Amino acid sequence: MDRFVFLTFDGLARGAVYAAFALALVLIWRAARIVNFAQGAMAVATAYVAHSVSTATGSYWLGFVAALAAGLLLGAVVDVAVMRFVGHSSPLNAVIVALGLVLVIQAVLGIVYGNEFLPAPAPFDRTAFTAGGLVLLSPYDLFVFGAVGAVVLGLAWMFGRTAIGLRMRAAAFAPEVSRLLGVNVGGMLTLGWALAAGVGALAGMLVIPTELGLHPHAMDLVFVSAFTAAVVGGLDSPPGAVIGGLVVGLLLSYVSGYVGSDVTPLAVLALLLVVLLTRPGGLFAGVAARHV
Amino acid sequence: MNAPTRVTAPASAAVGSAGRGNRLRRSTLLRHLAVALVAALLLVAASYGLEPFRNFQLATVAAYLCATAGLTVLTGLNGQLSLGHGALMATGAYTVALTQGRFLDSGVTSGWLLVVSLLASVLVTVAVGAVIGLAAARLRGPYLAGLTLAVAVVVPAVAITFDGVFGGEQGLSVPVEPPPLALGPYFPYERWQAWLAGAAMLLTMLLLANLVRSRFGRALRAVRDDEVAARLAGIHVGRTQVLAFVVSAGCAGLGGGLLAVLAQSVSPGAFSLTLSLFLLMAIVIGGLGSLAGAVWGAVLLVALPDLTHSVTELFTLSPSVAQRWEGNLPLAIFGVTLIVVMIAAPGGIHGLLTRAGRLLARRRRP
Repeated sequence: MDRFVFLTFDGLARGAVYAAFALALVLIWRAARIVNFAQGAMAVATAYVAHSVSTATGSYWLGFVAALAAGLLLGAVVDVAVMRFVGHSSPLNAVIVALGLVLVIQAVLGIVYGNEFLPAPAPFDRTAFTAGGLVLLSPYDLFVFGAVGAVVLGLAWMFGRTAIGLRMRAAAFAPEVSRLLGVNVGGMLTLGWALAAGVGALAGMLVIPTELGLHPHAMDLVFVSAFTAAVVGGLDSPPGAVIGGLVVGLLLSYVSGYVGSDVTPLAVLALLLVVLLTRPGGLFAGVAARHV
Repeated sequence: MNAPTRVTAPASAAVGSAGRGNRLRRSTLLRHLAVALVAALLLVAASYGLEPFRNFQLATVAAYLCATAGLTVLTGLNGQLSLGHGALMATGAYTVALTQGRFLDSGVTSGWLLVVSLLASVLVTVAVGAVIGLAAARLRGPYLAGLTLAVAVVVPAVAITFDGVFGGEQGLSVPVEPPPLALGPYFPYERWQAWLAGAAMLLTMLLLANLVRSRFGRALRAVRDDEVAARLAGIHVGRTQVLAFVVSAGCAGLGGGLLAVLAQSVSPGAFSLTLSLFLLMAIVIGGLGSLAGAVWGAVLLVALPDLTHSVTELFTLSPSVAQRWEGNLPLAIFGVTLIVVMIAAPGGIHGLLTRAGRLLARRRRP
């Protein structure tokens, strides 16, 4: 029982990260109908920025802020310099260009930093509290929940309550009409990319200390898990992405706890396969359709 | 296989009504056979002219070509994007390693064992491809890409999880027989490799070229261009997609099996996600719409690391820095080229060449 409780909390903490990363995928999908396959590589790049800033200044938090800023900037640059020029004749084009970005980013990181694992410290203790014999959460897990929760609430507030959020939704939903009404559709798209990459950078900063360390390929498997999370929730729905992330996190935690950590990639593949074959629109597709 | 003679009859009748001399031009199968024969002769001649290392590279190009040609049929002609072909190549490679090992253990030795192992690798990958293909036929664009990406990331994990069978991180060695004695006692091993891989590649290309020209090939393109129209024209879309995946998986399996034979070993590191991405890059840069593009792609896959190696050698770098550049520069160049090609010249190298050829022809004929 106590093992189950521990695995549940651990899974939720992992899931929160997947949720943030899936949210970034959903943001771009809603804005541009593109699944950003370069999301993982972009997040790793920002984590390397954090590494450089932290080692130069000696402060984890300066690096953290630098990663988020680098994420926002990188997202905007990717949209303005690359994605804007991709033809829309086939949905494959954007995917292929994103994969090209993956290669470029990973290669540049390998050239600058080398292909070895670099240590990635966590800002808080990762040993879990115990209460009444039950192993619960670590301070770092609480930090993850806090950070992801703040981002989710912030995005919800922005899209639901502010003028700029309304414009972004309008630009994604009906670009032509929005343009006629004076919305800067291109600018909204760039903003969407920046926000998504910023959220992705946060997710990368949160997950990399819990994995082996910093490496150009550090996010490959995380990307697959987050993509699965986004698909579980339906690519169109931000709440779905959050729930999907938690579901994937719990599944991975139970599988690695009860079966073995080597098997978790197989579990992700199996979940993705089952969801895609039974409910390709995601578990929450019906609800999302009614909202729109 | 010979369906095209019937279906393309009107087109070829319009081209050459003069009859007899145009027999070669009219029969797709005969034309492809002729091209294959010429290519085989060129290959043999080249294998005698080249030094051993170049022969090995030639063999590697042939092995990659099996995979890129299969992927061209799937992605270029059928419009299904697969990022999992590296994993399918791994499936073929491990099958060859396991069958060859089993043969060795039971003490059987014969030159034909390799052919049997390679056939086994095709059959196993076809089976795996059918499973993925059944799922793929129900998925679209980014969803399929995501699923196959998951396959590509997960397969190395399989090799490590079941390390009792697959040898974990180190992988397995592939024991291979020396060239048959009939070729003479001093027949260079690399030339034998080039022949072996070349023969398998030519057979694959011949089959694929005929397939692409057949009724099935037209169904492939019809499904890619407009699924609804294809369905209205009586094409079974799902079946076509699954078949395309199966065919292309078999080709990838053969390519992977050949790579294993060439390297005489398999390990999960050789079949990472990067390989899958490389295969896709290769066919996109080569030119998505045609098998000729796959040839360019396969050549690029082998030539580019070599080229960057000679470029990095021009600069005097410290060994560790040089190693970083050498491993990563081809990746960066491939990535940049891919983005530029996708944006500026979606036809790839083959598209550029045909356009240049057409321009020249127009200028000559006022």
